[in-house]
Amino acid sequence: MAAHIGVSASRSHKSMEKYELVAGFETHVELATDTKIFCGCTTKFGGEPNTHTCPVCTGMPGALPRINRKAVEYTIMAGLATNGKINNLSKMDRKNYFYPDLPKAYQVSQFERPLSIGGYIELDSGKRIRINHIHLEEDAGKLVHKGGKTYIDYNRGGVPLMEIVSEPDIRSIEEGIEYLEKLQMIMRYIGVSDCRMQEGSMRCDVNISVRPAGSEKLGIRSEIKNMNSFTHIAKAMEYEYTRKVDAAENGEILPQETRRYNETTGETEGMRTKEDAHDYRYFLEPDLVPMRISDEEIEDIRKRLPQLPAERIRIYIDEYGLSDVDAKNIAKYKNVAEFFEGAAKLVKNPKTVSNMIITQIFSTLGTEEEKEACDLKISSEQLAGLIKLLDDGQINSSTAKKALAKMLETGSDASEVIPKEQMGGLSDEELGALVSEAVAQCQPAVNDYLAGKEKAIKAVVGYVMKQSRGKADAAKAEQMIIAMVKK
Amino acid sequence: MSIIKKINAALKSRDISCAELVGKYLDAIEQNQDLNAYITVTAEQAKAAADATDKRIAAGEDISLLDGVPMSIKDNITTKGIQTTCASRILEGHVPIYDAFVWRRLKEKGAVLLGKTNLDEFGMGSGTENSCFGPTLNPHNKAHVPGGSSGGAAAAVAAGLCAYGLGTDTGGSIRQPASFCGIVGIKPTYGAVSRFGAIAYASSFDQIGVLAPSAEDAAVVFDTISAYDEADSTCVEPGLRGGRAVKIDAEIKGRRIALIKECFNGLPEDISSAVMSAAKDYEKLGAEIIEVSVPGMTYALPVYYILACAEASSNLGRYDGIRYGHRTDSYLNINDMIMKTRTEGFGDEVKRRIMLGTYVLSSGYYDAYYKKAQNLRAEITDEFKKIFEAADVVLAPTAPSTAMKIGSRDDDPVKAYLGDILTVPVNVCGLPAINLPCGADARGLPIGMQLIGDKFCESLLFNMAHVFETACPQYSKRLHMGVEL
Repeated sequence: MAAHIGVSASRSHKSMEKYELVAGFETHVELATDTKIFCGCTTKFGGEPNTHTCPVCTGMPGALPRINRKAVEYTIMAGLATNGKINNLSKMDRKNYFYPDLPKAYQVSQFERPLSIGGYIELDSGKRIRINHIHLEEDAGKLVHKGGKTYIDYNRGGVPLMEIVSEPDIRSIEEGIEYLEKLQMIMRYIGVSDCRMQEGSMRCDVNISVRPAGSEKLGIRSEIKNMNSFTHIAKAMEYEYTRKVDAAENGEILPQETRRYNETTGETEGMRTKEDAHDYRYFLEPDLVPMRISDEEIEDIRKRLPQLPAERIRIYIDEYGLSDVDAKNIAKYKNVAEFFEGAAKLVKNPKTVSNMIITQIFSTLGTEEEKEACDLKISSEQLAGLIKLLDDGQINSSTAKKALAKMLETGSDASEVIPKEQMGGLSDEELGALVSEAVAQCQPAVNDYLAGKEKAIKAVVGYVMKQSRGKADAAKAEQMIIAMVKK
Repeated sequence: MSIIKKINAALKSRDISCAELVGKYLDAIEQNQDLNAYITVTAEQAKAAADATDKRIAAGEDISLLDGVPMSIKDNITTKGIQTTCASRILEGHVPIYDAFVWRRLKEKGAVLLGKTNLDEFGMGSGTENSCFGPTLNPHNKAHVPGGSSGGAAAAVAAGLCAYGLGTDTGGSIRQPASFCGIVGIKPTYGAVSRFGAIAYASSFDQIGVLAPSAEDAAVVFDTISAYDEADSTCVEPGLRGGRAVKIDAEIKGRRIALIKECFNGLPEDISSAVMSAAKDYEKLGAEIIEVSVPGMTYALPVYYILACAEASSNLGRYDGIRYGHRTDSYLNINDMIMKTRTEGFGDEVKRRIMLGTYVLSSGYYDAYYKKAQNLRAEITDEFKKIFEAADVVLAPTAPSTAMKIGSRDDDPVKAYLGDILTVPVNVCGLPAINLPCGADARGLPIGMQLIGDKFCESLLFNMAHVFETACPQYSKRLHMGVEL
């Protein structure tokens, strides 16, 4: 969930309320294609510097690009998944500027006719953050500063990159982070990117301005470039918002500016103002022919899109009876959602499945990446098998818990890991009879319990467990004992 | 008569070994060093390739037409392991790590590379005077330019210093030097030959083609290099080329040849009458001559210079001294290094075109120049398309002059640009065109004419040219400088 961002205490709350934050994002997402956008080099992260390169991605004289159709398809998928409209005719353009990490001195990008136009992402509140467009481009290499020298690694150069440009619809830091989280979730879901911020496969520029509350006019914006963690983005937005509010309060006019976030100080710093902004001299990339994308192709791609999280959450709540929080937790990871759905449709109560996933399975999937992958030794069917035994009263919940732990470890079926003596649990009548017997036999403990020693009840439960040789469901037994003695 | 066929016959009948043949060519190159046709001579590689051909012949293999035929490549086409400079200081010493598609194709056929020919820096010029290796001389008259930018190739072919040469034509760079040197030069349809490995000047105009003594020679080489290459996205798939195959010695009776009125405006009398007399020759051969007008023709030159310079300003951005080629000796920081490197590395004409191109793409000027030129390009293309509804080919002079004296245009770049007025429309429209000799001026300098075809109609052009050459052999003046067979 969105990190909670407090407004710094030193500012008066009043001046904060006077100004509205207006923000929009340019989000760069590296596409998860096997090969680069214009050549056959691998897109694998890392690797010895300049080993994932060839004449094309290092801009050798005479080399020519060839578009990776998969990258185009992934961008179309992203467009469709965010409710965008796909251009039937899309073109690549050149963005010209000199920088050592850009081997051709131009980046092949899209300016006039991006692949996807419009669309939106819906926040939990129902508010829609509109998307202006999504375009495809190539990533640059990386400068490595070492021992007073600068080296260039072109391994990342030419990795396909998608830029998702939102409208300035964001009105708070929380909305901004929620938008980014939703975006990340969707991109992971449709499998076009792993969106790992720490590896740079998702990076954000935020455009931010403030204006007097109630005003319709946009203020002068600053653009904070290239941030790669939600925490930094939130902090940078907060810093920038406060800086702008302070300036406005002092009657100061801040210039339109490109800034960077300094992780150490937590502040943003000016890089360049509008006056010395680049003139990128965009023009049609003559080495690539325009892409014609037919309606049939678009429909074909739309059909292959997986069900998106928002739709899944709705089904989990409305049809499966999951709580809002549980539904979101499960739907957040596509593979988990699919695992859940596989088991849920085989059992009486899908809530048992979500409970087991959230309380037990998630604890074995410690990191976000592990949850993302949801690489388990057992199948949905195996989990459903275990739950069926529980539902039939064959085993009790503590046996189920132990069994699941073993199953996750070994990949065995429930029947293989549950000891024979624990199988064939008690029927409700049998348990009822044992409970009556226990209450009669453990009168001192019952008295203690009724006198307020809550723990004393455990002794009664222990009797039931002992007599049933562990087959009884302890939780259920406890409920029945309490019900009986309180009568 | 085709020199390639002659060589092939001589090799097959073992009248001469390929090693001997290549030795003769290398000797001829050395004896004619003053022409400065070659930047790099690849004697060792040539000898090794010749030995390989001889082995194939000795083994009784049926060698292909191009096997063992000594040829040259313009120095803006990449050759693995062989310095490729674009005649620019900025690429001096640059050794590519891969072969251009066209060279790969020819190498597979056993072609023998003699060396890399001189050119105007990055193909920018029409006299091969803008070369950091000095000008190439016209073998017909050494006080004159050979034309350009493929002037090294044209001079080498005309002087017999190779059987044929690969060149590039962005605004006339094959046809105009072919015209000045009295040889054949084909600029193929844009998209017919892969540009992979052709070091870009202006990507939407550049096309690799052939300079050769005869249409038949050019046709053989074109057939080999015009294969589809998926590495060049602008290379057109065979199924979409739509051109018809025409035999090289097919009848031309009934073919309609269009003369464009605008091409003869202000043309010197000797050139105009040479082309008109060639038209009469065609009439005698059974073709029909019609006259057409292409009003947009006058705009082709500015359209070309705006768009080609725009693309060049971007294409040449990569020469920053960081990865390959020249780097300045001392610098303060990265920007200083890039600036100094480029200032030292590029010649005046290249700088002029980079500045022009940067200007026309700048915000505020884009619509007035680049965009307007793009629109006009589409209009001129349409006008030419209409001609081919009424005619099979267009016949036009190739250049408004014969070869000029070396140094005569040094102080007037615009005058030099005007010399491209007849060749650039073909590049603007992406059409194929072939130059062939059709006479000489009073000083004995060759006059050339070009046949322009509809897209992918190269075989028709070769046929029309071949029939003319055969019927009027007096125009193909052989020079006796290089290798005689």
